[in-house]
Amino acid sequence: MNSVVVMDYGVGNLLSVTRALEHCGADARISSDAKDVEGADRLVLPGVGAFESCMTSLKESGLREPLMEFVASGRPLLGICVGMQMLLEVGEEFGIHEGLGVIKGRVRKILATDTSGAKLKVPHIGWNGLLPRAGADSSTWRGTPLDGVAPGAAAYFVHSYGAEPSEPLDCLAVTIYGGQTITAVIARGNVIGTQFHPEKSGAVGLRMLRQFVAH
Amino acid sequence: MRNVRLIARLDIKGPNLIKGIHLEGLRVVGDPQEYARRYYEAGADELLYMDIVASLYGRNNLTDIVSRAAKDVFVPMTVGGGVRSVEDARKLLRAGADKVAVNTAATANPGLITEMARKLGSQCVVLSIEAKLTAPGKWEAYTDNGREHTGRDVLEWVRQGAELGAGEVLLTSVDQEGTRKGFDVALVRAVTAAVDIPVIASGGMGSFDHLKSVVLEGEADAVAMADVLHYGRASLEELRKQALASNLPVRKLS
Repeated sequence: MNSVVVMDYGVGNLLSVTRALEHCGADARISSDAKDVEGADRLVLPGVGAFESCMTSLKESGLREPLMEFVASGRPLLGICVGMQMLLEVGEEFGIHEGLGVIKGRVRKILATDTSGAKLKVPHIGWNGLLPRAGADSSTWRGTPLDGVAPGAAAYFVHSYGAEPSEPLDCLAVTIYGGQTITAVIARGNVIGTQFHPEKSGAVGLRMLRQFVAH
Repeated sequence: MRNVRLIARLDIKGPNLIKGIHLEGLRVVGDPQEYARRYYEAGADELLYMDIVASLYGRNNLTDIVSRAAKDVFVPMTVGGGVRSVEDARKLLRAGADKVAVNTAATANPGLITEMARKLGSQCVVLSIEAKLTAPGKWEAYTDNGREHTGRDVLEWVRQGAELGAGEVLLTSVDQEGTRKGFDVALVRAVTAAVDIPVIASGGMGSFDHLKSVVLEGEADAVAMADVLHYGRASLEELRKQALASNLPVRKLS
């Protein structure tokens, strides 16, 4: 079945991603009920705002444990934006905060200068191209939701912090901003996370969501 | 260099997409949903909805239109017109908007910009400025579709807005709006030089050459266009193709 639960733990706009999943043929449902999370075929973990406030809301919602059990069960999880960042071990926004630790690594602030030392606008907002990680080509995208996306195709980013997975193979795609390499997609086993918003990334984002739903 | 965004602007009155000249003399164009879907499918980088009579009535009427759009439009949406409070902005964000534009309420109470930026994040606060030329190199900020003076100098106001926490500027030239005679490039250049935040140039787009000059000479980060699209004088596909052929930094559609 193509059913997807969009986890509602009190953070952000869930309507856009739900509509996008429906557009991709999913039976999508927003839920804050632990039973729905436990019983989901697929799960979307959204997130907007600061790392710590998202983690706090997640804990307070009582959905952290059901989420971790879902991950352990091997069913597909998609984290979006801060929902992706929370999958890492540590977030460094407004202090040092513990993440979910599903993927090893940290979340750090984007540098506000480019590689030539010029001032760089942070947050990084706008359309930017997706590329395979350094040393890899797009064959690494086969069989993942990125399958068939052309390297360089743009997605829509809004963020000030970036994920730095400690295991290079956990990084599936990057984007370049002011000469900095920023993690765009992380993946490990049944878990995938996008720094950008697939629900706002036009045809490229919809392709990813369609493949996430169909997998 | 970042990608310059091509934005389809939809001015709304009641249930209708409308278009005026100098933001007045409004004509009904059609159903906003139909146009929104068409522009999304044609590759718009973003949609911009403005409820252009909202300030008069003190409310924004776009929640329904935006939540309907969220079913068919999968690029960012900016929404403005009559936004008076953080709560107004929150309603629009919940309906599917990504950014909220403020003008009238912010000129009356600039602190609203800071409050919105703190509670919702700078990235979703767009300062909307309606500018009228008053002397060479000088512009005054207006509200209510260019009808009401604010007494504020555009360049001072935009600097203040950026300091207060606005994440972006929507800059509409009242003089050029609806004329199809091109952007007020000097205005756009003065504003892009004054602030570090992205600037959306709006008002006057009639042909690809206008787009080119406002990007190259005005250094606009984004270009909003309305009747040139509504009346089919140019298409987003064609404009993007021309932009790529002229080496303007726009998103490649794949």
